[in-house]
Amino acid sequence: MSVDGPEVTAEPGAEREPLDLGPLVNELRAAVGPEHVVTHEHQLRTYESDGLLQYAVTPGAVVLPGSTEEVRAVVRACHLAGVPFVARGAGSGLSGGALPIEDGVLISLTRMRSILEVDLDNQRVVVEPGVTNIAVSQAVAPDHFYPPDPSSQIVCTIGGNVAENSGGAHCFKYGFTTNYVTGLELVLPDGDLVQLGGKELDAAGPGLLGAFVGSEGTLGVATKIWLRVMPKPETVRTLVAFFGSPVQAGEVVSEIVSSGIVPGAIEMMDNLSIQAAEDYTGAGYPTDAGAALLVELDGSEAECEVRFGEVVAICERSGADSIRVAQDEAERELIWKGRKAAFAAMGRIAPNYYVQDSVIPRTRLAEVLGRIEELAREYDLQVANVFHAGDGNLHPLVCYDGSNPDEAERAEKCAGMIVKACVDAGGSITGEHGVGVDKKRYMPEMFTDTDLGTFQRLRCAFDPEQRSNPGKVMPTPRLCGEVPGPYRRHPLEEAGLAERF
Amino acid sequence: MELAAALAAADGTVRVHGARTKLAWARGDPDIELSTDKLDDIVEHNVGDLTAVLEAGVPLSRAQQRFAEAGQMLALDPPDQGATIGGAVATNDSGPLLARYGGVRDLVVGMRVALADGTVAKSGGKVIKNVAGYDLAKLFVGSFGKLGAILEVSVRLHPLPPATATAVGRSDDPDALGRAALALSHARLEQLGLDVRWEDGAGAILARFGGAAAGPQAEAAARLLGDAELVEDDEELWQAQRDAQRSAGGLVVKVSALQTDLPDLVRLAREHRAVLVGRAGLGLYWLRLDDGDYDALVRAVRGRFTAVVLDHPAGLEPGPHEPADAGARMLADRVKQRFDPERKLV
Repeated sequence: MSVDGPEVTAEPGAEREPLDLGPLVNELRAAVGPEHVVTHEHQLRTYESDGLLQYAVTPGAVVLPGSTEEVRAVVRACHLAGVPFVARGAGSGLSGGALPIEDGVLISLTRMRSILEVDLDNQRVVVEPGVTNIAVSQAVAPDHFYPPDPSSQIVCTIGGNVAENSGGAHCFKYGFTTNYVTGLELVLPDGDLVQLGGKELDAAGPGLLGAFVGSEGTLGVATKIWLRVMPKPETVRTLVAFFGSPVQAGEVVSEIVSSGIVPGAIEMMDNLSIQAAEDYTGAGYPTDAGAALLVELDGSEAECEVRFGEVVAICERSGADSIRVAQDEAERELIWKGRKAAFAAMGRIAPNYYVQDSVIPRTRLAEVLGRIEELAREYDLQVANVFHAGDGNLHPLVCYDGSNPDEAERAEKCAGMIVKACVDAGGSITGEHGVGVDKKRYMPEMFTDTDLGTFQRLRCAFDPEQRSNPGKVMPTPRLCGEVPGPYRRHPLEEAGLAERF
Repeated sequence: MELAAALAAADGTVRVHGARTKLAWARGDPDIELSTDKLDDIVEHNVGDLTAVLEAGVPLSRAQQRFAEAGQMLALDPPDQGATIGGAVATNDSGPLLARYGGVRDLVVGMRVALADGTVAKSGGKVIKNVAGYDLAKLFVGSFGKLGAILEVSVRLHPLPPATATAVGRSDDPDALGRAALALSHARLEQLGLDVRWEDGAGAILARFGGAAAGPQAEAAARLLGDAELVEDDEELWQAQRDAQRSAGGLVVKVSALQTDLPDLVRLAREHRAVLVGRAGLGLYWLRLDDGDYDALVRAVRGRFTAVVLDHPAGLEPGPHEPADAGARMLADRVKQRFDPERKLV
């Protein structure tokens, strides 16, 4: 689908002369202190990529504000100077969503890492954006936890999680970041400060809070975040079962889910990933297994007892080659290690790989896996598969050798075709990594030009000059245009009888 | 599409409505009313995927019946009264299941809308995990149709619990109710619902469990509560909780507070002879006054809490239904300007 029309114009600032950031840099130094502004070329280079190293852009300056007021001053200065900015937490994202802009300012929020309040009675935690994901769970331990647990949770920040609407291994049961954010303090791209929601639920008005979470840094900078935490489950039961093929394991997933069981986590690996991970971890996964299915139930002792028995019975009935039940926490960790090492271990199979993040309706798994196999053959590449099986989120890893240009090109094409196969099956181009720069070219597979134009209306309401993380998410740059006409007050409103929204 | 065309062609201010069960909650005064009643198709029920696509005018009860046949539910249980899915989404209505499954915004995974100029656009999708593009579906939750008409909603479903059981702890001491709610919401039990009720000087905390071990879990909750009643046939109890979120001809105020505010809200209800129900673990409460000094109750609540008037008697000025934060109001207005620059939708 082509995206063109009168709305589409050059990216704001795309063809301008290189900007002299000098005057702005002085203002940034005044705002946050000279020691928190980075301008030396070699230091700037350390910020050139996020977690997706294929993309690298050296920013014009990096600034590290230490407070909401400093963020406001920085954003305000960028606004007045007409300079775009990118806000970043740990920079561990996997879609190039925090990729800097040349001649732009990169705002690193890692100095803002205070946990401002822990209110266990009300099960709320209030944090600055640079607080790591794991720190929230640690702050409410041992009786509570913060459910979203992306695999980068030791380093990734809550601010980044809000931008990406991060999930994790337990989101089939517990949901995503958006389900746990009850309030946000935001610095809008013009430097204005607003608060959406707070400790309380259900603020009146449209769902601005829900619209901001997952907006990938394009609507402003979150400077304070209210989160809901939950009591820790009474018990956790974990098993890994091995099957002849992913399709067979996929049928087991369907059977578990259709019997009304909602596992805390349900993860699958194919043979290639098992081999790679086993080499790396020695977790004891049989390397000849066609698929490994990790199932974890959590909740009350009484409920888990009954349900875990059902899961074991389903696996046995469906012809599992073997089933390993974790007998203690150490064994549970070992089983998880086998799964969590899958990405890192892929380096043993090939020097480079593309990770896709597509989602499919779970019932289409067999068909889509078949299509992925076909594509791997067609492009003569190895494709390993790791899935969050409960919610149909696939992470196909397309392996290649980047020093071979032909292979690299085939890998990129193959990865694109896999995304298309998932969208054609009724799915999505990304389940948790975000669109960023990496997947924006796939957006037209999912959304029409009109859909994208409607997204743009939201963008323009928050950021009419599009200075907050421009060039991300949307496949083609679009302008905002003026808001038509001066605002007219309705007579009823004049009389104080009706409200504006 | 007919609705989109009608919207674009409308000459005057417009309100889009579903079954008109919550009209009192809206504040606008439209020239034209458009109904979603022809949009009544259950477009998809993907049993194996636990998802569904519903047109906006589908009555919630009809959708629930359909899902129940497959042992599933949409975990959204506001007072029914014939309400449509579109209306529930537009007003961000909810019921006791909020405690376990979250609210509308946690259940809606995609949406198709018609904007005031007739533009029809979709966001999200029909898979439960998806971060592609802005989550406009969530923007429309609680929008009262003022950003556009909701045409179609994709939702995630949950398995119907095979059995339920409820532990009911009773007390007429507001602080004892508060302590009981705190103990339960912090217990390592997975409640289907955790509610408070205060009516005619008597209070109760209700903890509902569902699943293969609903009974044993309810017993554990009853032990925590001390002197508690165990109810296995508990549907009526929860129906009464939902019913108290509405008043025919009287006043209902929804309060966004905290769980630790529970004793104060009970005292407020006692003083004003109102009925109080709410999600005890989440701090959302509904005060109902069928007959009495409405203004005094509204004043008392507004003086201390963030609250909106929902149902209200004729003649009572319900006050604004908008965000408390001035910045959020400004931002909501900027969104309105982009989605409906002519301010057609009221």
